[in-house]
Order: sequence, then C-alpha cells, then structure tokens
Amino acid sequence: MNAIQHAGAPAVAPNPVAILRERAFTLVVWLALLTMPYWMGAVGGYTELASRVVIMGLAAMALNFLLGFTGVLSFGQAAYFGLGAYGTAMTIKYLVPSTPLALLVGIAVASVAAMVIGFLIRKLRGVYFAMVTIAFGQVFYFITFRWNNVTGGDDGLTGWRRQPLHLGFADIDLLAHDKVFYYFALAVFALCVAVMAFILRSPFGRTLIAIRENERRARFLGIPVEQHIWLSFVISGLFASVAGGLYALLSNFVDPRALRWDMSGNFVIMAVLGGMRSFWGPLIGAAIFVVLQDFVSSRTENWMSFVGVFFMLVVLFFPRGVLGIFKRRTSK
Amino acid sequence: MSQLILFNVFNGLIVGAFYALMALGLSLILNLSGVINFAHGGFLALGAYIAYTLMPYTGFWGALALAPVLTAMIGLVVERLLIRPLYGRDPLYSLLLTFGLAYVLEDVARAIWGAQSLPFQVPGVLTKPLSTQFFFLTGYRIFMVVLVALAVAGLFLILNRTRLGMRIRAGTSDLETVSTLGVNVRILRNLNFGLGIYLAGLAGVLAAGLLGLEPTIGTSLIMPSFVAIIVGGLGSLPGTLLGGLLIGVASGVTTVYFPSATEAVIYVMMGIVLLVRPRGLLGEEGRIQ
Repeated sequence: MNAIQHAGAPAVAPNPVAILRERAFTLVVWLALLTMPYWMGAVGGYTELASRVVIMGLAAMALNFLLGFTGVLSFGQAAYFGLGAYGTAMTIKYLVPSTPLALLVGIAVASVAAMVIGFLIRKLRGVYFAMVTIAFGQVFYFITFRWNNVTGGDDGLTGWRRQPLHLGFADIDLLAHDKVFYYFALAVFALCVAVMAFILRSPFGRTLIAIRENERRARFLGIPVEQHIWLSFVISGLFASVAGGLYALLSNFVDPRALRWDMSGNFVIMAVLGGMRSFWGPLIGAAIFVVLQDFVSSRTENWMSFVGVFFMLVVLFFPRGVLGIFKRRTSK
Repeated sequence: MSQLILFNVFNGLIVGAFYALMALGLSLILNLSGVINFAHGGFLALGAYIAYTLMPYTGFWGALALAPVLTAMIGLVVERLLIRPLYGRDPLYSLLLTFGLAYVLEDVARAIWGAQSLPFQVPGVLTKPLSTQFFFLTGYRIFMVVLVALAVAGLFLILNRTRLGMRIRAGTSDLETVSTLGVNVRILRNLNFGLGIYLAGLAGVLAAGLLGLEPTIGTSLIMPSFVAIIVGGLGSLPGTLLGGLLIGVASGVTTVYFPSATEAVIYVMMGIVLLVRPRGLLGEEGRIQ
C-alpha cells in the first residue's frame, strides 16, 4: 500500500520508517474493520451503521480512484452508485432471487452506463468535466423517478429482500443477523479494495497518476490520455456500483435519492474530508460523515444546514483532509 | 392539435427563458472566475422570497425592482467572504463550497418562510387571458418573455457598452493581462458575481409569479441551466441564451408526444451535442480543456 500512498511524491528512495508506518496504518485499518461490529455498540453505534460505513467508504474510494488518482473532477458518481442499487434490487424483485447474480447485474448496468457517458466526456477537463458529470447524473434520477410502475418512483422500490448465499459447501443466510451481512459487505469491500490497489500499482495505474501530475507531459510521452481517463471513469463507476448494490441490499430498499446530485456531493466531501491524496483517506472521511449524519439527523430537523456548513468548513479550513494533515505533519 | 403544439412550444419558450436567465448568470461567473455556482438556485429562491416579503410594502412592481438588487447585494457579500479565498485553488473546492451553500440557502428559506408552498400575487392587469382561442397567452406570460428579453438585452448592453462590461469580457479571455493593465481583478470578480446573482434574483421573482413559492424552487431549475450552458457552448453567452431557449422548447414539444421523457430529452440533447460538437453550438475552441 505504501507505493500508492507515496504516489504523489517525487521519485526519491522511500524512507524505510515511512514504509513501516504505512504498513502499520494499513494493518490498523483492517483490524478496525474486522472488529467494527463488536465495538460499534460501545461507542454509541450499531451494526447497520458499521455496514453503512464500509459501503459508503467503498463508494468514496471508488470516486477517489478518479478524483485523487487520475485527477479528474467527477461530480456525478451517485448515478453509478444508484444504477448498481437499482440493478441489484430490480433483479431480485423481477428476475432471479439470487444475491450475487443481482449484484453482478447491477454492476453490469452501471458499467455500461459509465462506458457510454465516459466516452462522451473523455475530452472535457476541470470544471467542465464536473458540470457535465453533474448534469448526466440527473438523467438516471429522472428515469427512476418517472418510470414508477417498475422502479416504484419517488416511494422507492420495496417488496424484495436480499437472498441467502449458496456456496456449495454451505448456505449463508444474509438476513439472519446484521453481523452476517456486515461481514458479507466487508468481504466484497476487501475484494474491491484489493483490485483497486492492484490496478493503481500496475503500469496502468502509474500512468493515471502521471496524467494527474502533468497531463501535457503524459501526452507528449505518447500516452493516449483520453482512453486512460475513459477507462479510469469506467473502473470508478464499476466500484461505485458495487457499493450501490450493497447499499440496496443493506436496507432491502432503494429510492431515487440514492442517485440524486446530493449523494454525489456527499461522496466528494467524504473523499476530500479524509484526504484525496491517500488511498485510505476516503474511507476515513466516509466513516466521519456517516457517523456524524446518523448522530445529527436524529437530533435536529435542520440536517441540511448542518451538512451545508460542514461542507463549507471543510473546504475553507480543512482542504487537505484528515490524512493530508497527518501526513504533512509527519513528513516535516 | 396544432393549438396544443403551439401551447407547448410557447410554454417551452417560457421555461427556456428561465433556464437562459439562470444559465447566463452561471455562465458569467463561470467564465470569469472558473467557479460553478451550485448555489445559484438557492439565490433564485432567495430572490423570490425577498420579493414575497417586500410585496405588502412596495407592491408587485416595487418588489420586482428591489428584490433582485437585494439578492445581488447578498451575493456580493457571499463572494467576498466565502468564494474569494478559493480563487486559484482547485475548482473542486469552490464547487463543494457552493454545494454546501445551496443546502444552507434552501434550509434557511424553509426555516424563515416555511416548507409549504406560498401564493405569489401578480397584479390583475397581467393575469387576464388575452384571447379566448389562444387561452395560454395570459398577460403575465407575455410580460415575462418581454422582461426576460429586456434583461438579456440589458446584460449585453452592459457587457458591450460599459467599461465594467468590457473589463468582464476582457477578463474572461485573459484575466492576467487585465490585471497587469491596472484593473482591480478582485472588485471585477465581485461585481461580476453580483451581476450573475442579480439575474438569478430576477428569475426568482418571475418564477414565483408563475409557479408559486417553494424552498426547492431553485433546485429544479439549476440542472437544466447546466445543460443549457453545455449545449450552447462553453465560454459563449449568446450560446448560453440559445441553449436555454432550445432545451426549453425541446422539452415543451416532448411533453406533447412523450410526456414521461420531458426531463430526459434535454440530457439526450446534451449527449448528442457532446458527441458531435464537444465545445457546444457556439462554443469557443479550446475552452473545454
């Protein structure tokens, strides 16, 4: 993981102490994730909240693949998150009662959408990229909103539930206990995170970072920048859709808010809050955001003002994020 | 049938005029400062609510004149306090900030004026239908189209004939040079932001007369405004105007033939434009990079 966390740094020989520190940090993250359902209750949370942290963490990390490691400002990630959610939910409800198959359908639907939209916008950059991704994100919102005899419209899609896993040697009833679903979600999370880490360490991933650092130079080196950005967009959308599928399975419910623009904004603020330049940052940001959201929305009507002010404070005073600040302090 | 189509084309034109008014303000700010003002819809709602509050004292005409100015003044303060520190940083940050601001503005409107829809009285002179055959041609609708046309004409006059407008246009193409020539860029950006917010406030007052007042009134208008900018062409104000009218009419006509696609059609248009001509209909070359 250390290679990734130093991705933004110039090519100097890595400091062995820093490597050790990064490894230790990674270990701590995994230990915390593995034991979360057991201490979440002690700090005032509950298992479902732990599942939500993992799922939102995956979505934010998927976004950060694009935002932090390719340097492209995507603001419409909720579209793929929501398509994954709807794909999963509608497959279980209308097609086959199988959890893994439903997730795969959700991922496929979202990836195809990301492929089409990514192709259209691969030449845009900066604010314009952000603006177009925001606008395109709304298409799917309106489709689910309007197509209400199939998607349930504004009320959301109910009347379905996640199905037991049949693994050949054993059956796992995902509905039996919250903890069972948590570990299912964590297993999927681990798989996705491992694949993302692997991609980022590969020559393709290093090329993405090169594009982020200096697009013009990358272009002069003969790198097909547009194709790389397109592919990165699809990868990011794919993992966002996995998170979306899990999100639908978590509550056995999905509604159009899963793919509205405010959800996209939440993912971006999670990534920024945790630290865009680090691999684990978005997970930390997601944990803070999800727990805070749970805490505040149960106590006040004015959740929107709270989030809004929170966004502004993060931007004005905390732009490097939690891990960014931590890292700057340790590198000095 | 032809009357139905005419009705929807005219309706689309009105909606398009709103989109254009919103999008022109957004475009002004985006072109000069590189900031996507996500809170534009919030300012629109603010303009509408300020007009509602002023109405008992000043009447409709007074509110129409004053509310956009007051909204613009709030905009000047917001720019000075919140957005100015973010110039020169990654555009991500200003986008997130205005995102948060949009939340706050909507919640503030809800807290002060309530979540329920409020009626907005338009003078009787304007509400009478002008013709029995073309029932949809009420005075208010005609008035709105005329006023939007006047506002747009005024905007282009300011941009082309006044010193401020020329500086804004010059700054849009090369802010550094304008700064070197001795123009105070901070003030320029501030005033430009205020001008954009003025247009949002004006659109708010007009929208309130047509749709009534709700805290979410701005949110439904902002997404199509983004589409209008992209379709019309980045960096081009006439393009933005054209884009707004075009998508308004397109969604109006779609309502006749395929009502459930009323919203989706504009995004399809955006997709086609991006595919065929990525810089938009009247966009400058090289702006998108």
